[in-house]
Amino acid sequence: MHHSILTRQRLVGIFLLGLLLLYSPALTLFDRAVEWAGFPVSYLYLFGVWLLLVVLAAITVEADNR
Amino acid sequence: MLSTKLIVVYSLLYLGLLFAIAYWADRRADQQRSVISRPTVYALSLAVYCTAWTYYGSVGRAAASGVGFLPIYLGPTLIAALWGTLLLKMVRISKTQRITSIADFIASRYGKSQLLGGIVTVIAVLGVVPYIALQLKAISRSVTILQSFPDVDSAGTAGTIPILQDTALYVALLLAAFTILFGTRHLDASERHEGMVAAIAFESIVKLIAFLAVGVFATFYLHDGFADLFDKAELAGFLKPVIADERGSYGNWYSLTILAAFAVMMLPRQFQVAVVENSSENHLRRAVWMFPLYLLLINIFVIPIALAGQLTFAGTNMDADTFVLTLPMAHDQGGLSLLAFIGGLSAATGMVIVETIALSTMVCNDLVMPGLLSRWKRMAPEADLSRLLLRIRRGAIIVILLLGYLYFHFAGEAYALVSIGLISFSAVAQFAPAMLIGLYWRGGTHAGALAGLLAGFGIWLYTLLLPSFAKSGWLPGGMLEHGPFGIELLRPQELFGLTGMNEITHCLFWSMVFNIGAYLFFSLRRAPNVHETTQATLFVDVLKHERPPGIGLWRGKAEVKELFGLAERFLGAERARRAFRQYAARREAEDVSSLPADAETVHFAETLLAGAIGSASARVMVASVTAEEALGLDEVLDILDEASQIRAYSHELEQKSIELEAASRELKQANEQLKEIDRLKDDFMSSVTHELRTPLASIRAFSEILFDDPKVALEERRRFLGIIVSETKRLSRLVNQVLDLAKIESGHADWGAESVDVAELINEGIQVTEQLFRERGARVECDVPERPCVVTVDRDRLMQVLVNLLSNAVKFAPADEGIVKLRLSAESGKCRVSVSDNGPGIPKADQPHIFEKFHQGSGGSDKPVGTGLGLPISRRIIEHFDGRIWVDSAPRNGATFTFELPMKRNSDQRVGKTDVEESPDSG
Repeated sequence: MHHSILTRQRLVGIFLLGLLLLYSPALTLFDRAVEWAGFPVSYLYLFGVWLLLVVLAAITVEADNR
Repeated sequence: MLSTKLIVVYSLLYLGLLFAIAYWADRRADQQRSVISRPTVYALSLAVYCTAWTYYGSVGRAAASGVGFLPIYLGPTLIAALWGTLLLKMVRISKTQRITSIADFIASRYGKSQLLGGIVTVIAVLGVVPYIALQLKAISRSVTILQSFPDVDSAGTAGTIPILQDTALYVALLLAAFTILFGTRHLDASERHEGMVAAIAFESIVKLIAFLAVGVFATFYLHDGFADLFDKAELAGFLKPVIADERGSYGNWYSLTILAAFAVMMLPRQFQVAVVENSSENHLRRAVWMFPLYLLLINIFVIPIALAGQLTFAGTNMDADTFVLTLPMAHDQGGLSLLAFIGGLSAATGMVIVETIALSTMVCNDLVMPGLLSRWKRMAPEADLSRLLLRIRRGAIIVILLLGYLYFHFAGEAYALVSIGLISFSAVAQFAPAMLIGLYWRGGTHAGALAGLLAGFGIWLYTLLLPSFAKSGWLPGGMLEHGPFGIELLRPQELFGLTGMNEITHCLFWSMVFNIGAYLFFSLRRAPNVHETTQATLFVDVLKHERPPGIGLWRGKAEVKELFGLAERFLGAERARRAFRQYAARREAEDVSSLPADAETVHFAETLLAGAIGSASARVMVASVTAEEALGLDEVLDILDEASQIRAYSHELEQKSIELEAASRELKQANEQLKEIDRLKDDFMSSVTHELRTPLASIRAFSEILFDDPKVALEERRRFLGIIVSETKRLSRLVNQVLDLAKIESGHADWGAESVDVAELINEGIQVTEQLFRERGARVECDVPERPCVVTVDRDRLMQVLVNLLSNAVKFAPADEGIVKLRLSAESGKCRVSVSDNGPGIPKADQPHIFEKFHQGSGGSDKPVGTGLGLPISRRIIEHFDGRIWVDSAPRNGATFTFELPMKRNSDQRVGKTDVEESPDSG
């Protein structure tokens, strides 16, 4: 594996972003019994953040593929 | 419709297909055309993380607590972002040390300790048995439910039926047979299981497709999409849109995430697929995002299925853990039910196969092998032990699956799927401190790891496993309520009076407190010893080493024959011979017997053995046939230090030599240039002296005549003196031009740059040379347009060029009838001036040399007419201002010298203004 050091650091950045969005008081902002477009806002938020993390990781790693 | 026979046939067909895939992949691997050498296959094989617990249990948990199941998948998603270093380190270490299991890994880290390996194995087996039980429970339950199709009945009855009629027992035995076929088919017990990995990747696809199919059915067939489903569920009061529990706390959210993040790396099966079976470090890259993507996909429909199930079975006592299967059944979907069943089967079998193979390797290498080794000290072992190794592993597989069955039979019914899974997660989480801290901190010792593991495991036993037995009725329930011997402070689920947490969070907190606490306390009590330091450095610095320095860490006496015999015994004669022969080829030894019995060979033999029997046992075995001299801690540190110093030093040397090479290349080039310049200088000197000699000679000759003969007639004397004066002039002109040229060539000339109108300059030039023209009786014809033609040059220098060309033209034009034509034109941004004469012209052969130094046109007379430096200087001047100069000539038709200079941009339109604009600048 030839992850460049920058790529590894970017991935750590994504990890920290995940911590912030899912495991900090930021989470409580969306943890409410409110609906957005027919969906409970907490569901939308959790799956949205999840997808965001996956996409960011994919872009980061695949961009490193020279 | 779906008779038991049919279900059994389909299940066996599916397992047969799996086996065919595994067999095919093994064959391909033997032909060096591996199917698992693709990053996607690696990422899919990691999805063995999703077991029957995910497949059935997530829906159950979602029905009870909304999104409460998500941390189990968010934890791995987050930790996957750190795999770029964390998992890479584990893989690199395992490759260099031939590590075959997590027990081996931890034992190896703390000085190849057999004791530590054994403890890790015991914890892993005890911790994971409930998890295997869970898979058996899921399979047998899904078979029972499917049997009653189209009636739906989820009532659990397993506990009441006698063992011999229990589906789960036969499932366990079938899976044991199957796992033995998968994992221990080969005699070479240490190699990776390519076939198994291919089959697991296939199972990951099957369970994902099956689950998505049920999800789509529940969401889009039974209801009109997500929004519709959520609406109905909210009306019925099933929607649980909030993450925080009733008390508004997120404790569970955090603890489940941490547990899952640990488990995805510490579970024996995850270590097996992620580290041991890894075939290329490059595969990690894809896994970093593809594995989380898989988790996301398999979780999208969990909540919809849970809600649809609750809506369908509202009012009945249906267990939510079975919704994936019972939902299609309740709507009379035979095919989909069968697909759902196969999906669950694939989730469960995948887990069981990999987990038991991983555990059996650990049991064999770290539990049974040490016992056998101590027995062999008393009596000699059989010649070929490789069969014995396989037999041990097969036995271990059967025992582990039967343990799983027993747990299921006696305790399984008391718990939901998710809770059983979490008990296992909590057990393997105890490996995390010794493992992860040990990857980054050199100070951890054997005693610290041992104490940490035992303390954490003890807390797990007391706060999680014990209560689970108590709830199953094996232990008096009063113990949970009042504590052992009535000591309330020691209540297993409220240890030391800690309340307000659920049992998993409670266990995680206390076990980590004691685990990490003991690890640090005992590690800090004394400095690491030789073995610990050696291994710590090899582990912590693994990414820094190109090649592990482990070879230098052995000193003693050994015999190749003995080492070979050892390998032969454990690996089988054929494999040992092949490995040794390859090694001999690498060492450039003729054959195995001529190998040097040095540290490198011993190291090779030990790693070879480690692949088969684990690193701790391999160390003991190698030590038994060699006489090792103990190295002191200082010596080890020196060697490790030396290795890194040598590395740094050689790196520096490499850098230096690259720099030196570049410098010597530059020097060589410079030298070539100097040589060329030297040669030119010599030529120049000889030309100059030659040119100086000619006028000097004539000056001297005439001066001598005047000196020797005072009687020379006045007329004659005047003529001689005239020659002397003109030759002297020529001499000083020559010297001036040489100096001028030298100045230009050396780059020391002062160049002005101003806007010059060439037309004006031409007029001036004609005035300057008027005298010459008059003397030779030549006339000038001018063709200069009205428009000004402005270039940016040094005015005096350009005048020098012009005068030079004009005087040359006059000189070569025939006397009295010479015509010199001067033409100025401006086209495509260039200003072009040409000077033509009607002289004899220049022969074609001479034209290329006309701008060279000291090349002189003969001008028709014998005496040279110029210094031979005028044109070279002109060329330098024109080229300095980015122009060019050339000659066109045909013999007897005169010569035309032309030069071109780039015009000042827009000069023809703007010249009138330019002067105005530029005046402030120049002033």
